[in-house]
Amino acid sequence: MADHERNPLRRFLALPNESRTKTIVVAFLVSAACALMVSGATVLLRPIQAANRAAEEQARIEALVRGVPGMGALLEESGGTLSTVIIDLDTGRAATDVTPATLETALADPANWTALSPGDDIASIGQRPDYVQIYMLRDGERISLVLLPLSGQGYNGRIDAVLAMQGDMNTIAGLAVTRHSETPGLGGRIEEPAWLASWPGTLTRDEEGNVRFAVARGTASSNHEVDGITGATRTSNAITRIVRFWLGDQGYGPLIDAIRRQEF
Amino acid sequence: MAARFAFWSTLTDPLIRQNPVTLQILGICSALAVTTSLATALTMAASLTVVITLAAGVISLIRRHIPDTIRLIVQIVIVASLVIVIDQILQAYFAEISRALSVFVALITTNCLVLGRTETFARHNAPGPAMVDAFGNGLGYSLVLIIIGSLRELFGKGELFGHNVLPLADSGGWFTPLSLMLLAPSAFFLLGGLVWVVRSIYPEQAEAPEFDATERRGAAE
Repeated sequence: MADHERNPLRRFLALPNESRTKTIVVAFLVSAACALMVSGATVLLRPIQAANRAAEEQARIEALVRGVPGMGALLEESGGTLSTVIIDLDTGRAATDVTPATLETALADPANWTALSPGDDIASIGQRPDYVQIYMLRDGERISLVLLPLSGQGYNGRIDAVLAMQGDMNTIAGLAVTRHSETPGLGGRIEEPAWLASWPGTLTRDEEGNVRFAVARGTASSNHEVDGITGATRTSNAITRIVRFWLGDQGYGPLIDAIRRQEF
Repeated sequence: MAARFAFWSTLTDPLIRQNPVTLQILGICSALAVTTSLATALTMAASLTVVITLAAGVISLIRRHIPDTIRLIVQIVIVASLVIVIDQILQAYFAEISRALSVFVALITTNCLVLGRTETFARHNAPGPAMVDAFGNGLGYSLVLIIIGSLRELFGKGELFGHNVLPLADSGGWFTPLSLMLLAPSAFFLLGGLVWVVRSIYPEQAEAPEFDATERRGAAE
């Protein structure tokens, strides 16, 4: 650097490392480069990750159906597929103007969402879609299994799950957690088969028709409860609230009544 | 710079003699957590090796221009971004294993092994030697993980890579799985055993006892 350097980059690099300008500029450049790298990787890889997640969700739903006693055979009989139905949650009937293909478009329209009042919103979802895609399995005329997607706020983030109900719409046939971000080893155990195995056979309502389902503190003490998860009280409570919300009047309540009256 | 860069010794020293895990006891946390099966241990080892090598290269490239006052945070930012990229790649292409590793890939950021190498070696050496040194250290870490991972999976489940190796007692064989092997303490025991073996081969690595009764009497005189 004998001559006066004209190139600004060279001049900058020749600055002593301890100068304030250099410290700030180096910090900025490093952060900018790293930010670019991280967001680049995230954006580029997102489609593949989304496909993975969808495949996993499908696999979990299939595993859920196969795990219900007697359902595997029934599924083979009906051609190996569940029938997909779009439900209008307000009426509890099959939606007439929305099909599985147009569901995404319909839900992009804010008019097809219902805002929930804080008192009703026990699952902390803020607003609820008016149309939901559910899966059914029929044994002749009778509905033998219904798969109901649930979602709500857990301890660390959203929990998505699929609840399988027997044809009586009171007995749980199983649960599959399709997405969660609970603490690994604590709340994260909601996706473990050992815990999910305590779900089948649990009743959701009492004789009067009130939703009584709960995740117990500790071991289940009645047939309306499933075992709690030690060290994950907040997650357990979130599951209770999510299930209660979706089985209640704001959720699948009207649909469940319609199926029970055999109107479906 | 040194006149000739000793390529082989830089690469192979950290494998056993200067192994970062057994000698410096770095990176223990992940070594205990992800070694319940060989597949997760291998993925973790590969991820760490890639991260440490790239981080050493990048930091060594800009080593003359990292202001001393913010050098640690610059290093951590670079390491953390590389870790996020690796994590995203794992989630995209190895979804199953990425789920098994859960948070431990993200925790490579805080693995003292990575920062240890970038801070002590990459910051003072050219990119070539720095990357070779980091790669060697990554391999040393991988070696420990693979040894512990295969021992734990073999004796804990009678399997390797999920394939049955030892005939299980449940299905008519002779081997009863040792469930202890799948729990964290067993990794401590195995790691301790490994350190012992290495230090019996290289007795100079054994640390001087900190409280020696005979020595103290000597000092009193």
